Amino acid sequence: MTINRRTLLAGAAALPALGGLPFRSARAQAANTIRIGVMNDQSGTYRDLSGPGSTQAVELAVKESGITQRGVTVEVVQADHQNKPDVGSTVVRQWIDRDGVDVIVDVPTSSVALATNTLVREKNKVFLNSGAATSDLTGAQCSPNTVHWTYDTWMLAQSTGGAMVRAGGKSWFFITADYAFGHALERDTGNFVKAQGGEVLGAVRTPFPGTTDFSSYLQQAQRSRAQVIGLANAGGDTINSIKQAAEFRITRGGRVKLAGLLVFITDVNSLGLEVAQGLVLSETFYWDLNDKTRAFTQRLGAMPGNIKPSMVQAGCYASVLHYLKAVGDMGVAAAKASGVDAVTRMKAMPTNDDAFGEGTIRADGRKIHPCYLFEVKSPAESKGAWDYYKLLGTTPGAQAFRPLTEGSCALVRS
Amino acid sequence: MIENLLFELEMAAPQVILGLVNGAFYALLSLGLAIIFGMLNVINFAHGAQFMMGAFVAWMLLAWAGIPYWGALVLAPLIVGVFGVVIERTMIARLYKLDHLYGLLLTFGLALIIEGVFRNGFGSSGLPYAPPAAFNALNIDIPIMFLPGYRVWVVIASVLVCLATWLVIEKTKIGAYLRAATERPELVQAFGINVPRMMTLTYGAGVALAAFAGVLAAPIYSVNPAMGANFIITVFAVVVIGGMGSIMGSVVTGFGLGLIEGLARVVYPEASATVVFVIMAIVLLTRPAGLFGRG
Repeated sequence: MTINRRTLLAGAAALPALGGLPFRSARAQAANTIRIGVMNDQSGTYRDLSGPGSTQAVELAVKESGITQRGVTVEVVQADHQNKPDVGSTVVRQWIDRDGVDVIVDVPTSSVALATNTLVREKNKVFLNSGAATSDLTGAQCSPNTVHWTYDTWMLAQSTGGAMVRAGGKSWFFITADYAFGHALERDTGNFVKAQGGEVLGAVRTPFPGTTDFSSYLQQAQRSRAQVIGLANAGGDTINSIKQAAEFRITRGGRVKLAGLLVFITDVNSLGLEVAQGLVLSETFYWDLNDKTRAFTQRLGAMPGNIKPSMVQAGCYASVLHYLKAVGDMGVAAAKASGVDAVTRMKAMPTNDDAFGEGTIRADGRKIHPCYLFEVKSPAESKGAWDYYKLLGTTPGAQAFRPLTEGSCALVRS
Repeated sequence: MIENLLFELEMAAPQVILGLVNGAFYALLSLGLAIIFGMLNVINFAHGAQFMMGAFVAWMLLAWAGIPYWGALVLAPLIVGVFGVVIERTMIARLYKLDHLYGLLLTFGLALIIEGVFRNGFGSSGLPYAPPAAFNALNIDIPIMFLPGYRVWVVIASVLVCLATWLVIEKTKIGAYLRAATERPELVQAFGINVPRMMTLTYGAGVALAAFAGVLAAPIYSVNPAMGANFIITVFAVVVIGGMGSIMGSVVTGFGLGLIEGLARVVYPEASATVVFVIMAIVLLTRPAGLFGRG
């Protein structure tokens, strides 16, 4: 069911959203000004894990980059793409053509990210993606203007999928959100399971958006006699699937395991530990991972809705920090003149920040850093609010992402 | 052959039961809509938001005041019902003389505002609300399926409330006034009955029904600001199929469509979200007034 009440007024709603981005400063100062546009979901299911929190993280990066002390003005604007590629494309076009935005940041929802990727390349600006999952951003559709920072479907498939197969989960059944992202995640995980000698017994495609009751799909999965039920969905779909699996005791007796292939910390918070405990998931950032991540979280201050930063928001911080370092290095004029040059400079410099530690950016635009496998704590193990994960294992950056040669990215062959 | 059939039956039986549980929500929500439309001639687009408010109030009562599920089941509909009464008195009452469309636009706007306020206050990813352990006694654990006791309770509660509402409207004096006022408000007013107050209370009762469904839903679905928006379009389809304003129609169609949707989830899952609308189109073509409507 794609009819959302907001859709009824989509046309009307899109216009004020676009028009409401006034720039206070005069265009005359534009030469020495970097404009950063944070575009994500401000009103739907991904608001908590990206949304205004991402903008807050970007503003911290601007402050800590120290670039403003050197006389450079940085302006941060934000917009809601409503998880719709057409709305997202219109925002990006206006930002670049009318408002002189140099960098687009975040952009969760794979379909919107792919549309933005094409547009930014056309206009030779910079695209720092943190929120989207599709590995196509650094694969078949890779671009010299794009850096894909935080995570992707290949990484999730290998980390969570790999852990489940190693633990003996050889036969799989997927509950898949019926759109591009769900299909990609099912495909990547299925391939990985088969390569490890496992088998895929079947999949059920659930209408997206609009499915709230997953109990019948869970029962179908259970009847397939698969050892692992893979949830190739995200956000509210994942929350409802896990909640109802607990309610229907799908995993009792330990014969069937549930694999949440894309679970964010905000999802765990929404589920509560009573329901989420024992869930295995993969992230590249956890606020309580080490002293540096804790310090970063501290500096970020109170987030909208009193949440802790998600890996997507941390990715917005780290990618903008690195971009501004490159700008400081090459000069504002050169960075503004060519997005390709700015991204090339970013790739030439090693990255280092409190959220992800040391890392690099590969030729195909893939940011390389470790990936962590976590298990959700039980209520007894948790010492307080947002104390949710225990670390099961770490995949080093070099192995965490799809090998450079396997992504069929044109930038790599040339 | 027979073995095959038995297997099919075994596959379908749990889905029919699960469909019935969803049907319970459709029935409760469309019942409230039908009452409001029948009496006030207002298409209450805020119904989904009021359903969501019911779930949130239940969460607040538990988290902030320590009032458990049973208390919430009584208090949340009352609190949200009073909110409905205020809305009716201050806003909706001014639109009775105008076209249906104005009421629809007003309640639609209200729904967006309410959802926005909750999204700002509580985020979009939702809050946990555990089902009370007492319901485990109702658990049905048979070889072909495990049915949580809480879902059994949802069906029972929904049937009871629907039945009670129907009895009040069809068999009591208040119900008779109500039905009379729906047909000829001026005449009923002339007999000395305070029709405007009756309309206010009717709206409050319809909203309370939505909130009651919200409390029932809180332990099953994620309590989030969009939870009503997910339901409301389907529920409107149920009302249209049943016949606008028909009490019996909305209850029977609610359960019936839940069943059909449940079966679609096995036969062709991709279509499970659209099957209700296909039926709506067919009903509109053949019986424009709905299955139970007087046209």
